[in-house]
Amino acid sequence: MRHQIPLIVVFITGVLLIVTFFIPHEPFGGLEQRFLIWYSIVAGFTMLLGLDSLTRYHLVKVRNQKSGWGYSIVLLLGLFLTLVLGFYSWAKYQSPFALGSPFMFLYTYVIIPLQATMFALLAFFIASAAYRAFRARTTEATLLLVAAVLIMLGRVPLGGWLWHRIVDLVDLIPGTHLAGLKNLEIFARINDWIMDIPQTAAKRGIFIGATLGGIVMSIRIILGIERSYISGS
Amino acid sequence: MKFWDRLGAIDRRIIYTVIGLAVIIPLVTKLTFPIRVSDTVRSAYHSIERLPAGSIVMISIDYDAASGPELQPMLIAVLRHCFKKDIKVILTGQWALGLPLGEIALNQVAAEYNKKYGVDYINIGYRPGYTALIVGIGRELRDFFSTDYKRVPIDSFAFMRRVHNYNDINLLVGLEAGATGDAWVLYAGARFGLKMFFGATGVSAPDLYPYLQAKQIEGILAGLQGAAEYETLVNEKGTGTLGMPTQSVVHGLIIIFIILGNLSYFVLRKKQK
Repeated sequence: MRHQIPLIVVFITGVLLIVTFFIPHEPFGGLEQRFLIWYSIVAGFTMLLGLDSLTRYHLVKVRNQKSGWGYSIVLLLGLFLTLVLGFYSWAKYQSPFALGSPFMFLYTYVIIPLQATMFALLAFFIASAAYRAFRARTTEATLLLVAAVLIMLGRVPLGGWLWHRIVDLVDLIPGTHLAGLKNLEIFARINDWIMDIPQTAAKRGIFIGATLGGIVMSIRIILGIERSYISGS
Repeated sequence: MKFWDRLGAIDRRIIYTVIGLAVIIPLVTKLTFPIRVSDTVRSAYHSIERLPAGSIVMISIDYDAASGPELQPMLIAVLRHCFKKDIKVILTGQWALGLPLGEIALNQVAAEYNKKYGVDYINIGYRPGYTALIVGIGRELRDFFSTDYKRVPIDSFAFMRRVHNYNDINLLVGLEAGATGDAWVLYAGARFGLKMFFGATGVSAPDLYPYLQAKQIEGILAGLQGAAEYETLVNEKGTGTLGMPTQSVVHGLIIIFIILGNLSYFVLRKKQK
């Protein structure tokens, strides 16, 4: 029964939602809306589940003094402080996001700098990784490298600046008048072409493949063939 | 021989230092580059430009502080454009940690244009389960957002009384750092015909090009460059424009590092042969 009831619930819900998509009239339309509201409520509770799981994991780690347990204390303190400030701001300012609330202070001066710093570090790692790993070893790697360099130039004003300097240099040759070519913005145009044609074609292929995979997986789940989402199956 | 060996094995601390300086120097010296506006940004801009005053634009904050440097300037530029044209704004967000960024930008730009909360704009906040609510709003917004972010009923705001579903919203602007944009296109766009354009981080933007080519979206603001281009069109310079020289110099440096690495690789390979 532990396995059969979830399979029946999934089957009925899946079939009903497909029907309601194609027949949006009553009673199906109202039924779909009800399902969507339930989904939103369930999604809210999954956050509580995540909170419970995270807290338990780190409490156990601290209790057993496993490697890195000091970081777990920092995490638990941060979690507790954020919760307290969030609830306090909610009670006093009607929303944690109200400007001037203690939660917004924490958000502005701790969360924003921390998240921005983590993301900003990527610039350093990408520069180092590009230098070490981006080698034209094969034809495919060379194509990728050339495309990456052209995109990096075309995506920023440096490309335009460089193109203007190239035209100016060529113009120094007696008898050449290429000033009109400055508006061509060759690097930006190459960037647009790469993004519009080969990139989009590849993305579309990936999307179609992934979507077909998603449809197949959905049918397998609705029909009960794929059961890995049920614990213990 | 040693020179080429060294060229191929520059210490990472040197690379980090050079990149650090490349970030700081253009910001300190206030270096400027002219910004070229691409067709994708121009078309996004015109989708707001052609809306009459009193139209309603929904802005979805689908990012958090990590992507803030790229997407926050877009939000500010789009808000300036909307408020300049007396367009009403409904702010929502599918990333809980991004919503405060929306509130910060709304308060900043509303003050610049003397716009009033509840009259010219509203923040309806965040609800979990974004796919469900994106589909659900197609039928009735109130089933998910009966109150604003401060739990004030949305029907207490005059302009919100006429907003029930996507038929009452003229345009969606999604600011994307992940895959939420796909859900907006698949459900709100394809099923309910909502017009939209996206601002996306540099790494997320390529995912959106198939939608643009299929005319499912009106335009794309890609990365910090997209923000700078929109600022140029709105004629309000912001952090997008300010950041472009830095990004330009860093891109140039990465290209130089790639060239040096490959030079060393080819010379050493030739000598080994």
